[in-house]
Amino acid sequence: MNKQSLLAVLKKNAMLIILVLVYLFFLIMTKGGIFSPSSFTELINQNAYVYILGAGMLMCMLTGGNIDLSCGAFVCLLGALGGVFMVINGLSTGVSLLLMLLIGIAYGVGLGFLIAYVHIPPWIATLAGFLSFRGLGTSILSANSKTGSLSFASKTDFLNLFYGRIFPTEKGVFNWPCFLFGAILAAAVVLIIFMTRKNRLAKGYEADSMRTAAIKSGAGAAVILLVMTRLAMDGGIPTTLLWVAGIILIYSFITSKTTIGRHFYVVGGNMEAARLSGVNTKRIMFLAYLNMAVLTTIATMTVLARSQSAYADVGKNFEMDAISACVVGGVSASGGAGTVLGMVIGATLIGVINLGMSLISLDANYQRVIKGFVLLAAVVFDIVSKKKSS
Amino acid sequence: MAKILLEMKNITKTFPGVKALDNVNLQVEEGEIHALVGENGAGKSTLMNVLSGIYPHGTYEGDIIYDGQVCRFSNIKDSEKLGIVIIHQELALVPEMTIGENMYLGNECGHKYAIDWNKTYSEADKYLKMVGLSESSKVQVKTIGTGKQQLVEIAKALAKKARLLILDEPTSSLNEEDSRALLDLMLSFKKQGMTMIIITHKLNEVSYVADKITVIRDGTTIETIDNHGKEPVSEERIIKGMVGREMTNRFPKREGVKIGDVEMEVSHWTVHHPLYPERKVVDDVSLYVRKGEVVGIYGLMGAGRTELAMSIFGQSYGVNFSGELKLNGKHVKLKKSEADAIRHKIAYVTEDRKGNGLVLSQSIKVNTSLANLDAISSHTVIDGDKEYAVAEEYREKLRIKTPSVEQLVGNLSGGNQQKVLLAKWMFAEPDVLLLDEPTRGIDVGAKYEIYCIINDLAAAGKCVVLISSELPEVLGMSDRIYIMNEARIVGEMKAEEATQENIMQVILRSGRGA
Repeated sequence: MNKQSLLAVLKKNAMLIILVLVYLFFLIMTKGGIFSPSSFTELINQNAYVYILGAGMLMCMLTGGNIDLSCGAFVCLLGALGGVFMVINGLSTGVSLLLMLLIGIAYGVGLGFLIAYVHIPPWIATLAGFLSFRGLGTSILSANSKTGSLSFASKTDFLNLFYGRIFPTEKGVFNWPCFLFGAILAAAVVLIIFMTRKNRLAKGYEADSMRTAAIKSGAGAAVILLVMTRLAMDGGIPTTLLWVAGIILIYSFITSKTTIGRHFYVVGGNMEAARLSGVNTKRIMFLAYLNMAVLTTIATMTVLARSQSAYADVGKNFEMDAISACVVGGVSASGGAGTVLGMVIGATLIGVINLGMSLISLDANYQRVIKGFVLLAAVVFDIVSKKKSS
Repeated sequence: MAKILLEMKNITKTFPGVKALDNVNLQVEEGEIHALVGENGAGKSTLMNVLSGIYPHGTYEGDIIYDGQVCRFSNIKDSEKLGIVIIHQELALVPEMTIGENMYLGNECGHKYAIDWNKTYSEADKYLKMVGLSESSKVQVKTIGTGKQQLVEIAKALAKKARLLILDEPTSSLNEEDSRALLDLMLSFKKQGMTMIIITHKLNEVSYVADKITVIRDGTTIETIDNHGKEPVSEERIIKGMVGREMTNRFPKREGVKIGDVEMEVSHWTVHHPLYPERKVVDDVSLYVRKGEVVGIYGLMGAGRTELAMSIFGQSYGVNFSGELKLNGKHVKLKKSEADAIRHKIAYVTEDRKGNGLVLSQSIKVNTSLANLDAISSHTVIDGDKEYAVAEEYREKLRIKTPSVEQLVGNLSGGNQQKVLLAKWMFAEPDVLLLDEPTRGIDVGAKYEIYCIINDLAAAGKCVVLISSELPEVLGMSDRIYIMNEARIVGEMKAEEATQENIMQVILRSGRGA
């Protein structure tokens, strides 16, 4: 590989390289603390909501840089309602979750209708929710509890579903199912990369060189195996990981392989051209916000299970976390460009910075300052390096 | 001999990988109109960007001598100080601001910290009068038409005390009437001693206004033609310089023409304006198209041609429709959706390829498959290989010049973009193609290729409706011509009977009658 193409590869994966560098930085600063098995579990559980909301926010942003400001506040409201269903009314977990999902869908339908068919600008339509949902949620909580929070500690089936482990083992005992699962996954990744390459070559299309394919599959398999072995040392696969991975896979597929995903990109790229090509642009806008509300509902469930309670501050700044993950991950702020993988890298970068700083017990105020600057620097680096390469 | 105002000597400008200009020379005399012609990508705009300081001194080789002095501009302000003002092809006006605000944008008059609005507006009004606009300078730009906006741009240039005015395709978005008015305005400026450089694709304009014509091809000056002879320089003569060969036939011959039954018939079609429903933009129009026929619709801009086509295409324009649409002799009631029109095998190829035709931020591949994604997907999952193969097929068929179909459409030249737009609609496999100004803003060579594609489509039995405001194009390509004026069809002619004169006569007569 010559110097020029190496540089091109580095530029193309600038954000991934930043992620690795930041990780190495904290690896030194925490004297390996960030590499401990529990840190891996923590990273996944702490950031699950960012990945899930990020997937929804990505779909909204694709349609033309539109955002949803209300999702954080909606988490609070939905959490309060979930608490009332499960704790106060004593409904079964299944019924409660179903009710929450229906409320999420209802909100999504209403919001999508306002934005797509009444043409209310998205940030105004969602600002109303941003302002009112938290107030509503808090008042529901304080009406039902003296402390202003509702605890889910007794709802073990709910906690296991969103904050449990698959085939749990004691900490420190190697969890074989987790490792085996990782090994299968790693093998699958290698297989898929080489099969695609072979397929493309057979049909005479452009394909990765043998070397690139080897590096890609090697790196992919290594990361998967590494994560899974660390998780195996910490009690097994967290159920949260399954939710997150499932959503990431589904949305990767939708955005890259389906006609509906394609429609999201072209609507954001040129709304008029999309409309005149027979794309139902209003339906796409509608779906973006319906989808966002449904994913917000799932994110709410993982967050409630992790904190084991619903409280007034739950979901605070979630909308900003999701938007940052997208923007850091290279999703265009004017729509039409961005990938799920990019968003995942962005969210992981933010997660690593958060975790690393709390591991070296930095003052919370300084944490915010540093986070702000690091994110800005990362995006500046990314944009400048892309500009030079074009 | 008049004094030479501007001389550009041996200008060479290289971009990474390409030599955009190679030893270009240009001499402009004081008080003349100098036309700069050449195909797209020949380097005309680059040359003007060098002159106006957009590419600062040091990034190119060669000398600019203006008014006897060697100039080294480091930005646009420097050249404007000396009275070199460029008016770009794409209008650079802020629609929400008033005419006056726009004219003095970046050049505000008044003190350093406060704008003198009284002076701004009274000065602006003065310049507006000079370009023949009666509008007040306090009117918002978005409320006036494109023709008038172009005049505002010129007034803006005058306000900068222009001595050398450069107009980059000033008439590309104007109708014939407004274009003529603009050219006459240029001639009147010339009488007052203004020097002008005009870049244009419309060769009839060149022979009408220009004193001298410099032809640029592939980044080098080919020749400078004097237009002071008894006869104006012929278009063929200029084209020869531009493409490097004699183009004996600007419109390819149709061979094996077989015109079949009536495919589409529109009767008593009336459409009202979406914002002012009392206004009819299409008024009781009836027309038909046969299989394998190219039907031209000629009309000036604003005659209702685009509105007619778009309203047929899934009623994507206007409100309060009435009228009937028959396809293959059967009544069709289209739902108010473009997708429904595509299902009925109607395609509308827009006149505005950048604005509402293509997704510039996406690849050729994505744009090609967009209108017929279902054909390359099963159960809504796109077959990437099939998509690639389709894009490749059309790249070859339409000879789209690109290294790969993964190339972003925004990086292509105008002619190639137009081909991608055509590829998209050909892949949708329509029976009726409504082509709205399919050759706007593209060069002679690319035009010829588009004409060949149109002929191939007709030979394959498709119905082609060719909407154009270029009379020679309509005459050269159509089997039958409808003439549209003020929202109505005012005449229909067979191609053999039609001439420029009798078409213009029909339009003039209809205008008088109304």
